[in-house]
Amino acid sequence: MAALQLEKQRGRYAALAIAAVVIVVGIPLWWKTTETYRAWLPFSEISELATLRLQLTVNTEVIFSRGTLTPEQQKKIPLSHVKEKEHEVDGKTGLRYKFETKYRIATIMEEDALNQPSGEEADLSLHMLTESACGSVVVYVIPESSTLLPQDVKVYVGRRRTALLRSTTIRSSWTLKEALSSLDPQVEQIVNTMSFSHQDIIAALSDRVRLAKVTKESMADSMRAIKSSPGYEITFSLLNPDPKSHNVHWNIEGAVHSYVQPLLNKLAPIANFSVDSQILYFAVLGVNPRFDNNVSAYTLSADSLSHVINPVEARLGSNAASSNPVLNFLLYVPDAHHSPLFIKDRSKRGAPSNAFHSPRWGGIMVYNVNDMYEPEAQLPVDININMAKVMGVFLAQLRLMLGVQHTHPPPGFMLQSPGSAGLADWELDRLLWSRSVENIATASTTITSLAQLLDQIGNIVINDNIAQQVSNAVTSLQSAVAELEAGNLALALQYSREAILASERAFFNPSLLHLLYFPDDQKFAIYIPLFLPMCVPIVLSLLKIVKETRRMRAEKQAKND
Amino acid sequence: MAPEEAVELVVVFSFHAQGEPRVNELWMTRTKKLKQVWTKLRFRSSCEKSSDNTGAEQSASDALQEAKSGVSGNNEDESQWQSTDVEMDKSVEAKDSLSFRPAPKDQFQEELIIRPLHSGDIYASFQFRTIWDTDFLQEGNKVSHYRLFPKSLGQVLSKFSVRELHISFTQGFWRTMQWGQPFIPSPPGAELWVWFQDTVADVDENWKELTNVLSGIFCASLNFIDTTNTVQPSASFKPLGLGNGLATLMKSEKLFHSSFHSQAVHIRPVCQDVQCAKPAWELRQTLNVVFDLYTSGQSKKEWSLFKMFSRTLTEACPLASSSKVYVDITDNPEGELFELSPATPVLSQAVVLGDRRTYSVYDLTKADTFGQLRSLNLLLRWKGENGDMLRPLLHAERYVAGFGLQTGEIHTLVYNNHPFRAFPVLLLESVPWYLRLYIHTLKVTSKSRDNKPSYIHYQPSKDRQRPHLLEMLIQLPPHSVTEVTVQFERALLKWTEYPPDPNHGFYVGSSVISALVPSMVAMDTNFTQEHPLFSSFFPVKEESNFFMRVYTEPLLVNLPTPDFSMPYNVICLTCTVVAVGYGSFYNLLTRTFQVDEPSLPLAKRLANLIRRVRGVPLLT
Repeated sequence: MAALQLEKQRGRYAALAIAAVVIVVGIPLWWKTTETYRAWLPFSEISELATLRLQLTVNTEVIFSRGTLTPEQQKKIPLSHVKEKEHEVDGKTGLRYKFETKYRIATIMEEDALNQPSGEEADLSLHMLTESACGSVVVYVIPESSTLLPQDVKVYVGRRRTALLRSTTIRSSWTLKEALSSLDPQVEQIVNTMSFSHQDIIAALSDRVRLAKVTKESMADSMRAIKSSPGYEITFSLLNPDPKSHNVHWNIEGAVHSYVQPLLNKLAPIANFSVDSQILYFAVLGVNPRFDNNVSAYTLSADSLSHVINPVEARLGSNAASSNPVLNFLLYVPDAHHSPLFIKDRSKRGAPSNAFHSPRWGGIMVYNVNDMYEPEAQLPVDININMAKVMGVFLAQLRLMLGVQHTHPPPGFMLQSPGSAGLADWELDRLLWSRSVENIATASTTITSLAQLLDQIGNIVINDNIAQQVSNAVTSLQSAVAELEAGNLALALQYSREAILASERAFFNPSLLHLLYFPDDQKFAIYIPLFLPMCVPIVLSLLKIVKETRRMRAEKQAKND
Repeated sequence: MAPEEAVELVVVFSFHAQGEPRVNELWMTRTKKLKQVWTKLRFRSSCEKSSDNTGAEQSASDALQEAKSGVSGNNEDESQWQSTDVEMDKSVEAKDSLSFRPAPKDQFQEELIIRPLHSGDIYASFQFRTIWDTDFLQEGNKVSHYRLFPKSLGQVLSKFSVRELHISFTQGFWRTMQWGQPFIPSPPGAELWVWFQDTVADVDENWKELTNVLSGIFCASLNFIDTTNTVQPSASFKPLGLGNGLATLMKSEKLFHSSFHSQAVHIRPVCQDVQCAKPAWELRQTLNVVFDLYTSGQSKKEWSLFKMFSRTLTEACPLASSSKVYVDITDNPEGELFELSPATPVLSQAVVLGDRRTYSVYDLTKADTFGQLRSLNLLLRWKGENGDMLRPLLHAERYVAGFGLQTGEIHTLVYNNHPFRAFPVLLLESVPWYLRLYIHTLKVTSKSRDNKPSYIHYQPSKDRQRPHLLEMLIQLPPHSVTEVTVQFERALLKWTEYPPDPNHGFYVGSSVISALVPSMVAMDTNFTQEHPLFSSFFPVKEESNFFMRVYTEPLLVNLPTPDFSMPYNVICLTCTVVAVGYGSFYNLLTRTFQVDEPSLPLAKRLANLIRRVRGVPLLT
């Protein structure tokens, strides 16, 4: 009987040993060999990014010229002052603006510069003296009696990063603190105009937060502007539907060189731009314009413009050599039988420029040529296009598309027109501020959603390459946020561009798709022929062992009792 | 430009096109998303087929997209049109309105040649040529302003430093023996060949990107041209996108309902003058169609423009500097064979492919061509039977021989029909890697004697990377057939490498035979002179011979095809074997063994039974 017990015990041990081998060696081996490769991702840092606390630091310098402060007040200068404002945008996004204002007295050279006859000249000579850093604002306070500015102008904003502020009466009885606080609202207005306003930043965050708080106007501005991208293709197309009657020439090369290129050179820190042009013959609009007897001209209503453009768009073609977004500017020369052609806006009035633009797509301008030749002229007539007129319109549209907003200056402000560069330094700064914030918002959204996706779907293979991109994006994002905090706008933009590039590259990497579709039912169909015959005996003998042990224990207990 | 100057020839890969669009369309999806190379610029293309994705990965990538937009919020605006307010700057306005009119540096020509073929078919060949005096490849001077030259192609040229680009999409096979030589030959399927500039460092990388971009532009899966073997030529294009001039005749349902059609784009630098000092770029867009009007026209041998294209011509393209229709009337000098109406007094002679031909010319830029009806409908009525065609001097055919699914033999026959002249030909074969060529079995025989090629270049294949490339210079004796045979073994592919219809077989592209064929008549070597477009495609250097390229038939080769449920069967079988072995092993290990008391033999038991009855002690 003892031998039998021993034999049974041996059988039990064998079953247990096999079960142990299966559990300790087999299952880990199977797990290891069939698992998908998932490189390590900085999930904790990504989840930190999910809650974004942005701090934007603006360095402002307020410089008092002679005659604005009493000697008593001047004694305590220079001094500096920090003001912070906090906004909670939503649960996961917070904004903090830090305005660091430094006050000082103008140097002798600056005084000289301010003695120029006009604001423009003063602006230029001040620029010669010092070069202010990207994103900073310099405010010169000039005495009320100064003749530098026209009478009704309180604030003059120049082409660089300098503003002239006509001081209101600072009473000599005031302490310096009172005097400064009397200037404060105006300085704040200047900073809001020259760097950013809260609304702009909120609009730039629209990728992250959906809020009704944003005003309609700044929303429209941000919707109109093309999305941030490392590069843009600008394509000018001349549409000539009627080469039989019109032989149209345009000096696009010269026009691009003299009108567009200066602006693009200025915008170089934001993105790479490439410009090209083409002439499309027989490109007809999709809608037949209607003849309007009142104006004895053909008219197109604004509502029909989207139908107008679709057939043409098929022929515009995307850029074969790059994948950057394309901005299209079309110059349409109506055919002889449909001239002149005018576009009417929604209020049924003719648009003075005869040009329209579509958000994030580009613009179209109708160029009537019927009055350039006699009706009995020999066809085809040669027509030269006045590129100055055309480029004026296209440049205005391009500025809109790029998000160089039409700022509506507060009353009493005079903005110097940007001149031949096409863009003032502070306008560029405004763009840099909103683009940096937008890039950070977009990149952080992309990275967090990618992390979420990878976390949820275990089948996705994560290559080292993707992991590298993700960690690059995360570090660039962190640096961008840090640089914004430090007030280094140019660096912040650069890092944010890197972040957005890396994050998009990781998100759209095709290798993520390889094993995504591998249904569980198929997996089980393959495993069952192996697993079923192996597991059933093990499970059965384990059950038997458990049952026997229980019975034995019960017997023992019965014996003890 | 002489071919010796160029640096590297990227091989001709030409493939047949009738099979399924089997190449991964998935890739297309990604291309669109990632690269957005989908261009439709001047080619009105029908992309429906290639962009119709029903793959699992498609839904997956959608899921990715959705996952993103779900978090970020969908900001798609509804493209509102707003009027642009501009303050006109009056000061600058005057400065630019000066008369500025540079001489146009580009010109456009169009041409249609109609050749009645001896078989009763009609061969119509459209050629549209754009010439642009510019240099795409000049350093530092980016070409970015386009007039007649299509922008998307120009961008491709400058981005990839392309020196020459030839791409053709062909449906049907050109029957040289019945139809003679085409003006511009093309193999069945798609062919792409490119010369890169010597500035290109990594030709393979450039080639890969270029094919990706071109597959976007032409809506064909050219990006798989060197690994997989089908492309789907679905691009139908109209030069300049015009419904104008000769392009009015291009009506796709008529063109695709033909025995043969081939559309091609050829871009190359050309010489403007004899010194070749000024570079110019030539873009030729061609369309070659063969209509079988004999069978479709109830056996009546007559044709007209309207019958062929269901349109007539009403005007020349206003942008074209020349716009002409040629009809080949060489075989009909006296009007005894057919009658052509309206008749034209303008005749032109041209030496094409070693033969002097006569053409009736209709100049569309002249108003009197169109007559009073203001429309030109050429009509040709046959009167008698047409005579025999001259056998083409050079002709080739190819087939695969052998039986079974293990080995086979490729036979290429090259015919020299010249009665007394021998001439050399260059034979180029590109065979996919899954046919393993036994190059030691290569045999070239003419007139049942060994014909040793004077030059052989062979690049062995690499599995899944590049095909075999075999290039030979062979001297063809006069009036002979030269046979080139090479044996091959069929490789087993991985089971995922098979297309959805593996039993259809695999296409092997045509071989290309290039030759300088001795001409019967003196060729015109003055290439700066105005020529009809069809006769100026291959520049002639010597009077005594002309260049000719012949494509053989593509091959359809069956590869050993596995049972595709095999992997699962193998898994099941292996698992069963493992399970049986494991089961008995397990059984053996866990079974409890007991000592069994042996029972008495039957005789003893019977004896015991009796003993018990008798009361005697039992036996043990």
